[in-house]
Amino acid sequence: MNKNSSKNKVIVIAVTALNAIDSPGPGVAVIRAIRECPDFKVRIIGLSYESLEPGLYMHDLVDKTYQIPYPSGGTDSLMNRLKFIHEKENLDLIIPNFDAELFNFIKLKDKLNEMGIRTFLPDMEPFEARDKIKLYDFGKKHGLLVPKDKIIHNVKELSKAIDEFEFPLVVKGKFYDAIIAKTEEEAENAFYKIQAKWGLPIIIQEFIKGTEINIAALGDGEGVTISAIPMRKLYITDKGKAWSGITLDDEKFIDLAKKFVKVTRWRGGCELEVMQTGDGKSYIMEVNPRFPAWIYLTAASGQNQPASLVKMAMGEKVEPFTEYEVGKIFVRYAWDLITDISEFLKISGNGEL
Amino acid sequence: MKLKKNIATSEEGFIFNPSTGDSFSVNPIGTEILAFLKKDKPLDEIIEIMCEKYDVDRSIFEKDLDDFTSQLKEYTILD
Repeated sequence: MNKNSSKNKVIVIAVTALNAIDSPGPGVAVIRAIRECPDFKVRIIGLSYESLEPGLYMHDLVDKTYQIPYPSGGTDSLMNRLKFIHEKENLDLIIPNFDAELFNFIKLKDKLNEMGIRTFLPDMEPFEARDKIKLYDFGKKHGLLVPKDKIIHNVKELSKAIDEFEFPLVVKGKFYDAIIAKTEEEAENAFYKIQAKWGLPIIIQEFIKGTEINIAALGDGEGVTISAIPMRKLYITDKGKAWSGITLDDEKFIDLAKKFVKVTRWRGGCELEVMQTGDGKSYIMEVNPRFPAWIYLTAASGQNQPASLVKMAMGEKVEPFTEYEVGKIFVRYAWDLITDISEFLKISGNGEL
Repeated sequence: MKLKKNIATSEEGFIFNPSTGDSFSVNPIGTEILAFLKKDKPLDEIIEIMCEKYDVDRSIFEKDLDDFTSQLKEYTILD
């Protein structure tokens, strides 16, 4: 195949997380970045969970959408649905973007590959090692600063755990949510609140005071960081999500991402949530195993991470980026997208749009 | 006393620290002083020029300049 014909081939890419809402999934931003790359042509297949994910109705970005079963349905039902979609669309690549669905996709990646569907996902071991519940041990093993924590399974363990920390401390859910507690009573209330929402276990974590920095990174799976862009949030919603952010120029954040990618041999996108303390220490607070919702900023600042992922997934060698624009700002906005009841009925009734 | 290399400043008195993402604004006098610091002008010279230009008492200006540079250091804008 010569260069021209490969450039003209349309790559069919399925993308999840089209919920571009106030606490957004990254799918729409991933698609926007991919579509802006002049090096290939794409047909985008949206994979949705709910009928009102805004990306479904963005027909200039998403060519066709199929609903897929919730992650709790397991790998068999997901596989059956993907087979059906593949028969119709002949998928080249799937880019899953939700934390909760990644376990299933990583488990299925060999089977998908046999079907001719590529993925570009981390192996199960690093995926699980960076889990919130194991992050402290992971940091200890690799010499990365992670706040001290204690995993507890019932409220009786709370007062024992509290003895090991100073107030304030952070009470965290296994998937989402974190509450800062200044007293034992506040910690107990936070425990019950988070338990009711996200179940057990609960994480009690050392409170780190500092400035939050987020780093979007892309690893090649061999230990090389293809891109790393640090960003500071300029405006945060009540859910703690970035509504605006700016790219930063600080080598230490890029080095931190490189170290993470190297020790995990991370394949694909990820986001490091870092707390930079007043005395210059960088604590890794969390590692999200997929692109963040602000990923388009990487493309806007000169390192198109989603497009580079597509290239690597399709077998192309991608050299690490060395430069990006510092001081590039994104400002998110809300927009009332208008559609018709007929479209809503199609996706709700047939699971396709 | 030097302005850190990557600090961005504008003629309108806007300062952006790209290492931390912090931004600040200063008044026209602060903007003038920043411009001197950007050119690595020694503090003695800055004091000389400003006192002459604005007919200000040297000891008062020295104290104000000291306050200003302390703040710039605190915000890691000066080396």
